[in-house]
Amino acid sequence: MPEKKIRVLIAKPGLDGHDRGAKVIARALRDDGMEVIYTGLRQTPQMIAEAALQEDVDVVGLSILSGAHNVLVPQVIQKLREVGKGDVFIFVGGIIPQADIPGLLQAGVKKVYGPGTDTREVCQDIRAAIAERQQA
Amino acid sequence: MNAQEVKNLIRGDRLTLSRILSQVESQSEAGRQALEALFPFTGRAHKIGITGAPGAGKSSLVNALTRQLRRQPDAPKVAIIAVDPTSPFSGGALLGDRVRMPDLQRDPGVFIRSMATRGALGGLAAATEAFSQVFDAAGYDIILIETVGAGQAEVEVVNLAHTTIVVDTPGTGDDIQAIKAGILEIADILVINKADRPGADQSVRYLQAMLEMGYARSGTAGHHASETVNSVAAEKPAEPWLPPVLKTIAIESQGIEDLLGAIQAHRKFLLESGTWQVKERQALQKAIQRAIAQNLMDFWEAKITPELFEATLQSVVERKLSPESAAQYLLQTIQGL
Ligand code: B12
Ligand SMILES: Nc1nc2c(ncn2[C@@H]2O[C@H](COP(=O)(O)OP(=O)(O)OP(=O)(O)O)[C@@H](O)[C@H]2O)c(=O)[nH]1
Ligand SMILES: [Mg+2]
Repeated sequence: MPEKKIRVLIAKPGLDGHDRGAKVIARALRDDGMEVIYTGLRQTPQMIAEAALQEDVDVVGLSILSGAHNVLVPQVIQKLREVGKGDVFIFVGGIIPQADIPGLLQAGVKKVYGPGTDTREVCQDIRAAIAERQQA
Repeated sequence: MNAQEVKNLIRGDRLTLSRILSQVESQSEAGRQALEALFPFTGRAHKIGITGAPGAGKSSLVNALTRQLRRQPDAPKVAIIAVDPTSPFSGGALLGDRVRMPDLQRDPGVFIRSMATRGALGGLAAATEAFSQVFDAAGYDIILIETVGAGQAEVEVVNLAHTTIVVDTPGTGDDIQAIKAGILEIADILVINKADRPGADQSVRYLQAMLEMGYARSGTAGHHASETVNSVAAEKPAEPWLPPVLKTIAIESQGIEDLLGAIQAHRKFLLESGTWQVKERQALQKAIQRAIAQNLMDFWEAKITPELFEATLQSVVERKLSPESAAQYLLQTIQGL
């Protein structure tokens, strides 16, 4: 039986045109053997939750460089719960001040990444999170 | 899959639908059971394939077409299966078709599912047909299947779709020939997208000429009309279908009404000529054949031990046996067991 592929949604919520980081991450995850669904720019939390539902992803990765993370991330998490996808792992990257990270983790984010992130670290973290759940 | 899940799916529960698609895709036992339970509810949907060169605008066209469909008075429910290639190196895939479908993400009557080919050739994934069955059972009236960017060989979609749309872009002079015979032949509808670019009218004329030549030669419209002779068709001999050639600008939603008109005309043609039933039959026949092949493969593979296989392989490597006689030998050996 073929192994279950890890499916990841990479989304850019809000009015944020910085898409290089999202694309770098998307490509790195693909090169690590994952199936990556990229949604493009300017997604509302509702759209992201819907896409996560339809694509049945294991992970939602949000890339935010606009400074609106404290508003957007909890909204995405709320919408994911509403559609029944509250169990996905959420990873966030972009320009996130240190001081905001504890709040995001508290809200349900698994991990937060900043500029210069080594993409191998992201791949490892995703695989580790999923392996951990499978064991549980 | 239990009766409750079947009920949930048919009632329109999207979470159930999405999970079943994953089970089917991973070829799990649960997925197999789901297909079993759902099969009686299939056979209603109009399956439409959209194929053509990489970047021709297939996804943009799906976006525009679906919006148009959803504006119809009876607003059919639309499922979209968007197939992209799996990287042969990593086994991963970047599924980017959704980026071109921003207008559909908020519509509860639309369900978009991206899938990777996972090594399958022919422009679709192994589970694409199974996905279409799940969507069909879940009450989606129209299923749009976007293939990977296709060249000449990726024509698997005709075996699945009732209506196949081939998308090309304007070319000038010699590169109009970009559309190759193989893919031209499978078209029920031809679309020259990006008609905002120069050369669209020449491309349309060129394709029309190509089609009419083929039409005159065989007396039918390609392979499609050739097998319409059955009891339904016999009563009223059908006019063969001549694929229309249309111009669109997908990103501006231009030409989409005509495209929808052509799709509806083709559906009417299929039903009235009896071709619809012929296609259904052929598709089911292929499905049985595929299942037989798969079952036989599984059966033999389970019986041939790795040791036996390795030893035989070694003989082939040493040129003592040919691959063909090695296969004969293996099959005979396990038959004797
Ligand atoms: C390039 C750039 C632009 C380009 C963007 C081009 C593009 N298509 O992406 C342009 C010129 C268009 C631009 C415009 C603007 N920019 Co600008 N831009 C930058 C700059 C210099 C680099 C960003 C970048 O591409 N980095 C390279 C990528 C690979 O890195 P990354 O995005 O950080 O991603 C890495 C990690 O963060 C992480 N990661 C990121 N996303 C994700 C997601 C997941 C799931 C994971 C796991 C990891 C992860 O992994 C990646 C790989 O290591 C930054 C400054 C900086 N040094 O970051 C400013 C910066 C982001 N921009 C900024 C601003 C203010 C703007 C403008 C508003 C300027 C203006 N007034 O017009 C506009 C807004 C444009 C818009 N529509 O949103 C500010 C943001 C301030 C803030 N958030 O508080 C920054 C920080 C500059 C600054 N110091 O003020 N910008
Ligand atoms: N000028 C113009 N550009 C278009 C048109 N339709 C699509 N495009 C652009 O063409 C590019 C490719 O469009 P897609 O819809 O992604 O094409 P595709 O055939 O689905 O591509 P693949 O799935 O990668 O094979 C995008 O940049 C679109 O914006 C059109 O009618 N005119
Ligand atoms: Mg596409």
